[in-house]
Amino acid sequence: MSLTTIFILTILLLGFLITFQIAKASEYVSILKGEKKALEQNNRINAFLMILFLVGGLIGVYVCNELFKGKILQEAASDHGEKIDKMLHLTIIITGSVFVLTQVLLFWFAFRYQYSEKRKVYYLPHNNTLELIWTVVPAIFLTVLVGYGLFYWFKITGDPPKNAMVVEITGKQFNWIMRYPGKDNVFGRKYYKNINDANDNSLGLIWEDVPALNLKTDKAAQDDIVTDKMMLVKNKPVKLIIGSRDVIHDVGLVHFRMKMDAVPGTPTTMWFTPLYTTKEMKVKTNNPDFVYEISCDQICGKSHYAMKGQIEVVTQEEYDIWLMSQKPKYQTVVLDKQKADTSAAKTAMVSSAAPGMVAVKK
Amino acid sequence: MSNEAIIHGAEVHTSHEVHGDEHHVHHHKETFITKYVFSQDHKMIAKQFLITGMIWAFLGGLMSVLFRLQLGYPDQSFPWLEDILGHWAKGGKIQPEFYYALVTMHGTVLVFFVLTAGLSGTFANFLIPLQIGARDMASPMLNMLSYWFFWLASVIMLSSLFVQTGPASGGWTSYPPLSALGGASEGSKSGVDLWIISMAMFVVSSLLGGLNYISTILNMRTKGMSMTRIPLTIWALFFTAVLGVLSFPVLLSGFILLLFDRHGGTSFYLSDIYLASGEALPNEGGSAILFQHLFWFLGHPEVYIILLPAMGMVSEILSTNSRKPIFGYMAMVGSLFAISILAFLVWAHHMFVTGLNPFLGSVFVLLTLLIAVPSAIKVFNWLTTLWRGNIRFTPGMMFSIGFVSLFISGGLTGIWLGNSSLDIHLHDTYFVVAHFHIVMGVASFFGMFAGIYHWFPKMYGRYLNNTMAYIHFWITMVGAYLIFWPMHYEGLAGMPRRYLDFSSWVSFNQFGGLNRFISIVAMIVFAVQLLFVFNFFYSIFKGRKVTSQNPWGSNTLEWTTPIRPGHGNWPGEIPEVHRWAYDYGKDGREFIPQTEPVGVNESNH
Repeated sequence: MSLTTIFILTILLLGFLITFQIAKASEYVSILKGEKKALEQNNRINAFLMILFLVGGLIGVYVCNELFKGKILQEAASDHGEKIDKMLHLTIIITGSVFVLTQVLLFWFAFRYQYSEKRKVYYLPHNNTLELIWTVVPAIFLTVLVGYGLFYWFKITGDPPKNAMVVEITGKQFNWIMRYPGKDNVFGRKYYKNINDANDNSLGLIWEDVPALNLKTDKAAQDDIVTDKMMLVKNKPVKLIIGSRDVIHDVGLVHFRMKMDAVPGTPTTMWFTPLYTTKEMKVKTNNPDFVYEISCDQICGKSHYAMKGQIEVVTQEEYDIWLMSQKPKYQTVVLDKQKADTSAAKTAMVSSAAPGMVAVKK
Repeated sequence: MSNEAIIHGAEVHTSHEVHGDEHHVHHHKETFITKYVFSQDHKMIAKQFLITGMIWAFLGGLMSVLFRLQLGYPDQSFPWLEDILGHWAKGGKIQPEFYYALVTMHGTVLVFFVLTAGLSGTFANFLIPLQIGARDMASPMLNMLSYWFFWLASVIMLSSLFVQTGPASGGWTSYPPLSALGGASEGSKSGVDLWIISMAMFVVSSLLGGLNYISTILNMRTKGMSMTRIPLTIWALFFTAVLGVLSFPVLLSGFILLLFDRHGGTSFYLSDIYLASGEALPNEGGSAILFQHLFWFLGHPEVYIILLPAMGMVSEILSTNSRKPIFGYMAMVGSLFAISILAFLVWAHHMFVTGLNPFLGSVFVLLTLLIAVPSAIKVFNWLTTLWRGNIRFTPGMMFSIGFVSLFISGGLTGIWLGNSSLDIHLHDTYFVVAHFHIVMGVASFFGMFAGIYHWFPKMYGRYLNNTMAYIHFWITMVGAYLIFWPMHYEGLAGMPRRYLDFSSWVSFNQFGGLNRFISIVAMIVFAVQLLFVFNFFYSIFKGRKVTSQNPWGSNTLEWTTPIRPGHGNWPGEIPEVHRWAYDYGKDGREFIPQTEPVGVNESNH
């Protein structure tokens, strides 16, 4: 143990001893003074502390707000995000007012009605009017919040616009794999038992026959592009098809204010429209290192805290250039190798087609 | 004893006065074992629950200190950690697996062992017979078993900390596939098996207890103690027990399926899994989300299992120390009832972002936000109880006021999270951490502290030291807000929970200083809890002695027993009840105990 540790422990111990001695002493004093007097004194002190806590607490809330308001809720970078921020502000106003009102009443009453020998308490077991008021008024406010919330909820979870691009994202311990459908605009079939990390088929795309698994080639899989970074287009809606290879993950997009679980065996979706390119966000946030990060928001194992993905939002032109530079995975893994070693590749391709495909999943 | 108690219970309305006196006074010899270990006296069982709960609270709190150390100082190493923890803290840095084991155990221990067993186990046992006027529980034997199953659960859970691959580390919710596959996480090897077995024992314990509480409350009330006259503590404990009895079995079924998936080759929760080790599992067609439905069907009522006893005790203590009746007794009962019903209808609000059907989600939004109505009723009724009262700031009263404050703060953020559109952004961030720690964790702890300070004189015939109690209250109160209030801001920034280091994230690395601040406060607050523990044990033996039978001037029946009641509670007859528990400040009298017949000229309310 280091010196500082021993030092801290000693201070703690001394603190305990001193507190204990004071506590014991004050108990004797209160017995000497008479219990009633001691009680009244304690009561006054605590009533004062109650009001002090209220004032201090409200100032604290204000200070906290001033300190952190620049660090939270940077500009929402998607259309859904803007709606969610609007909802947040409405909710802050309503719950914030209730918060201040009830906390002030609580501590003010505690202070105002502290024990006094002269006070006669007001015997008030119930009052139907009052109770009706605080049943109905909260109900009205909640109806507003529910209505507003569900209005947005259905917009956000509803169908994406027709012109939306589609990107697939798959989580695995501990990173993300993206897939674009390629020229044919169709995602080829994949099957989890066909995954082969050593062979660079991280999604199990069925780009050639696999007799052992009864899988037949899906041509659509042959032009699919697999990347580790997601490129999106400014102002173009995007629908994500979300899956997982092992345990539950979650695609958390803090700047777009979106989030959806990645569940093995059950694909999920979400859609949104990015509003600013990464470059624009660098200026907006005044941070040259800004990137749209994908955080895993569902505990998924030991490196959960470091399971990071990246999105880059670009203009349509930049996107087109990027897309042209991308080779389908099938080409880089199989065809390019074939070119390099034609004879070896040929033997691999000769395998005969298996009859019927049963256990193939989309 | 047990048979006698049952006979008395059954005949309580007709003939308990006939053989009230001869039994229960000194009617059997008690050995150390029967008095302190395998005791069937509800008061002793309550103390067993309380002290076991305190041990767990210490361990669970210590775990949080360790992981706060990591969160506050992610780039520093503490060589002494390695001295204590060995390879879990290689090089003085907490390893990721260990970090996740810590948060998992912290959650499990605090939610189940401390705030369920330690809180409702303690006070249901202690207060139900005393406040309804019964000599003991309906079945003292089952009651004893309830504690010992909890003890067994504790031993198993504790032992899982010493397994080589570590305890369960997939979060207290233990979602499969992570919790089902040893290949996905070290903690999911034998750690999860021990976790499941321990939790199964815990479920048994809580069912035995719950059935007992329900039957005792329904059948063993003393003469005149109608359901509308029982104190709100009893109502709250009654609903708590009902919630537990109806929801814990569902949790158990979820766990059993998980066990089958782990060892029986079934595919309830597993489908399409390719492990990082390169192994494709044969399981297809299972649903990982099914577990979440089963889990949260208990998981959400569990929140109220934790909270309702605290609400009940706070209502009682606020009224007693305001010297004023609780405002709106029937509304309080009604809101407890409404909360209990709704508790079963909101579980999927934990699952808005699992891919749940959006329409189904919207139904859960509506039902979730409905809970705010009975909650609001309770808050306003508590406030009105204080209004124009004559408040004595006993330590119990301080913690009750603190409870109301925390319940408001944490309850209001529930309105944010229950609204699915906002939940998309806030789900699994520090906002959630702040919300449930304030409303369920700290608030219920405050209810528990209030209960301990208020009923300690009845438990041990001595008082806790007041000065230490006030220091305990103020530092805990200020500390709780300092710890959890800023977390809302981190959550609004989208900072995910269950991360042990944020420094590599451009989006979340702006709170380093704040995390350190929170960690320091958390450690101070933990140290102050040790002061409370010291006060507790010191006062059992050396505290100021209670000299009057009814030190708080309270109306309820427990204060009609002797200062140190024996097994059977009342040496003579069980008192008869003539009125509700809240006649404080009526007709110019400070308080009128429940045992006093209604006077001829007494005003009606």
